[in-house]
Amino acid sequence: MLATLGEKVGMTQFFLDSGEAVGATVIKSEPSVIVQVKTEDRDGYNGVQLGYKDTERHKLTKPMKGHFDKYNAPPKKFLVEYQVDDSEEYSSGQEVGVGQFGAGDRVDVTGNTKGKGFQGVVKRWGFSGGPDTHGSRFHRAPGSVGMCVEPGRVLKGKKLPGRTGDTRVTVQNLEVLRVDEEEDLLVVKGSVPGPRGNILQIRSRDD
Amino acid sequence: MDDFMSKVESDFVRDDIPEMKPGDKIQVHEHVQEGSKKRVQVFEGVLLKRSGSGASAMITVRKVSSGIGVEKTLPLNSPKIEKIELVKQGTARQAKPYYIRRDRRY
Repeated sequence: MLATLGEKVGMTQFFLDSGEAVGATVIKSEPSVIVQVKTEDRDGYNGVQLGYKDTERHKLTKPMKGHFDKYNAPPKKFLVEYQVDDSEEYSSGQEVGVGQFGAGDRVDVTGNTKGKGFQGVVKRWGFSGGPDTHGSRFHRAPGSVGMCVEPGRVLKGKKLPGRTGDTRVTVQNLEVLRVDEEEDLLVVKGSVPGPRGNILQIRSRDD
Repeated sequence: MDDFMSKVESDFVRDDIPEMKPGDKIQVHEHVQEGSKKRVQVFEGVLLKRSGSGASAMITVRKVSSGIGVEKTLPLNSPKIEKIELVKQGTARQAKPYYIRRDRRY
C-alpha cells in the first residue's frame, strides 16, 4: 500500500549531490494508525482505513466514537481509505509513517488547492482576454457564449466565471529527496497543492 | 512548523561563509565543469546584494571586466561554491547599494 497522510510545512531549496538546486516541499507526517481493515469476504474488496492526527474523544460524534471503539483505535481527526491487493498483512492499530518511503522513491501527493474565490474567465480558464488599449472595448469579458436560434441556449459545461480553486488535485510522480524518521519529515521535489498546513495524502507509485 | 523548515534547511546552510555586507569586495571560488575537466574559477568583485534567507539565500557579485560591468547571481549555499573570501570591507550604507553600478570608483 505504502501511503500516509501529512501536512505541508513549506517550500525551500534542496541541493542535489551534483550541486544543482531544486525546489522542494517539506511535509510533516506523523505516523497514521490503521483503524479498519476491509476484506474481500466481508466488504467486497481489500482496503485499509488510515486515521491521522490525534483528536479528543469528546469532539467526536457518537457514531464516530463507536467506530473507533470497535477497532480499539485512538480517536483521529482524519480518516482515509486505500485499496490494497492483500489486506492480510495489515491489522487495526498498526502504525504507518514516513519510514515506508525512502529517498529516490516516487510518490503521488493529493490535497486541496488554495481557494481563489469567484474569478473571471481569464484566471479561471486561461482565456486570453482582449487588448487593454488601442481603443479596445473588450478586456477580460468571456465574450460570446451562445450561438443563434439553433441551439438557442448556452451549452452545458461552458467555461464561465465562478468559484475557483479549493479543488482536490493530485500531483503525480514526485521524487522523495529525503526521509527524516526522527522528526517524521518527508522532503519531496517540486510543489504540492494548498497552503502551508494543508492536509495531504501521500501514496507510493509502485503499487 | 518553522522549526521543521529550519531543520531541513540546516543541512544546507553553510557555516564557512565569512561575514560580509553589501559593498564589500569578495572573492568567490566556484567549481566549474569544462567538458570533462573540473577546475575552480575565481570571481572577484563587489557584493552588490544579498537576497533570500535560509537555504535559498542568493548573492549578487559585480565586477568590471575590461570596461564592461559583469554581475553574477548565485546561491550562497551552493555546494558548487568552494569558498568565499572577504578581500576588503566596503563603505556602502545601503542594503542594496545599486549606486555602485554608476559609481566610477568601482
